Amino acid sequence: MAKPMDQYKWHELNVGCVIEEIGNSKEYNTGDWRSMRPTWDDAKCKKCGLCWLYCPDNAIYEIEAGFYRANLGYCKGCGICATECKPGAINMVEEQR
Amino acid sequence: MKTRKGIEVSIAASIAAKLARVEVIAAYPITPQTHIVEHLAEIVAEGELDAIYINVESEYSAMSACCGAAAAGARTFTSTSAQGLELMHEILFIASGMRFPIVMATVNRALSSPLSIWGDHSDVMAARDTGWIVLFCENGQEVVDSIIMAYKMGEDRRVLLPVMVNLDGFSLSHVIEPIELPSQKEVDEFLPPYNPLYTLHPDKPVTMGAYGMPELYTEAKYAQETAIINSKKVIIDVMDEFGKKFGRYYKPVETYNTDKADFVFIGLGSVNENIKTAIDDLKTQGKEAGLINLRLFRPFPSDELMSALQGKKKVAVIERVMPGGAKNSPLYNEIASLAFANRMTLKMENYIVGLGGRDVLPEDFQQIYNEMAAKEKAEKVKKDKNYTVMRVRA
Ligand code: SF4
Ligand code: SF4
Repeated sequence: MAKPMDQYKWHELNVGCVIEEIGNSKEYNTGDWRSMRPTWDDAKCKKCGLCWLYCPDNAIYEIEAGFYRANLGYCKGCGICATECKPGAINMVEEQR
Repeated sequence: MKTRKGIEVSIAASIAAKLARVEVIAAYPITPQTHIVEHLAEIVAEGELDAIYINVESEYSAMSACCGAAAAGARTFTSTSAQGLELMHEILFIASGMRFPIVMATVNRALSSPLSIWGDHSDVMAARDTGWIVLFCENGQEVVDSIIMAYKMGEDRRVLLPVMVNLDGFSLSHVIEPIELPSQKEVDEFLPPYNPLYTLHPDKPVTMGAYGMPELYTEAKYAQETAIINSKKVIIDVMDEFGKKFGRYYKPVETYNTDKADFVFIGLGSVNENIKTAIDDLKTQGKEAGLINLRLFRPFPSDELMSALQGKKKVAVIERVMPGGAKNSPLYNEIASLAFANRMTLKMENYIVGLGGRDVLPEDFQQIYNEMAAKEKAEKVKKDKNYTVMRVRA
């Protein structure tokens, strides 16, 4: 958005709150409410990419050497990646903050 | 001279949708449904209307499909009744919040339980505050004219809201009335094709129906509320333009014999025809009563109603719905709040009539008049029920 959400006046919104800007969901940091965070044990990882595929927030990205990590700005700690990882390379730990 | 022909009001309503050149119809044959969607299915199947008819699996899906079609930029129509309207309830808010100018003919019927398919206003009154423009019709001609006008109201860029055209179950939907159907040419001249503000199209992607965070939700709803309040001006303009084109003039609030009378009935829908008959009968007895007919219910036509109420002393608010634990039925509550805010002292009575298809006769309104005329002093608000249920066996 052209400016932060909390600065919009009612008459500045598009009719029906239509968003004309493509991909602006990246401005929304869904990581704010996380209570658990995924951690990777690369020794167990088979580099299959299922965690990357299943993450509902597209928070997982590939790092060098083909392993994976979560962008904690968007990861909301749902644990889907940990459930889908068959070798058990992802461990959900309590978020400390 | 224009020709009127005898036609079932439901069939006439479907012809009105055809004349409006609707492009998508989504409907479910729930009981109770009406000939409105049944006949439209025939019209589409016979190739008389270039539209897509989506036979959905529920009313919930009917309204959802209408929203999807409207998002894609189609002129969209559906019709429902009673339980079907309640099954749509959730999506009614989506249609208005996303500002889709869908038009729906709502055939007003009672809600179960007990199981009923007969007429009253329980359905629309449970859906009255969903952000739709709400019109009521007194007769079949008004149904046809309102459906055509509804598209012009809802699709106006200053409005962009869905419109519900209410017609009473059975006493309108299933009766044959003399109706003048305008020609396609006339309707085309009055109603241009829908030109949507936003559409779902890959050439210009947009997001519709996104999340409204706490930082934005209030502003979004405020914008929507402002739109429905401001829609009244457009509604009046469309009614005027329709009058000039077709010779039938409508107003948000219409009156009958109110000049002479300081006693008025206020009602919604086809019951007003019986009230008019009662008023004519009372006149022959030297008694004067008037009628205030609310054609427009949402946005609530406060100004028009206030001017119609000027100088009136006694008001009988006639409704076809149980208050459901409220002090009074919905219309009464709003008129009472309007009168209070304007420091009007009116002697108001609330009569509940015609529930679940119970007959409402002109004699009932004569009785109401006589009862209220006999009571000279304003009574205190009654302790338990501040309304009278007509014809209840006690
Ligand atoms: S916990 Fe959920 S949101 Fe976070 S990376 Fe895993 S799948 Fe994605
Ligand atoms: S799902 Fe597990 S094994 Fe597969 S890439 Fe992700 S962490 Fe590695």
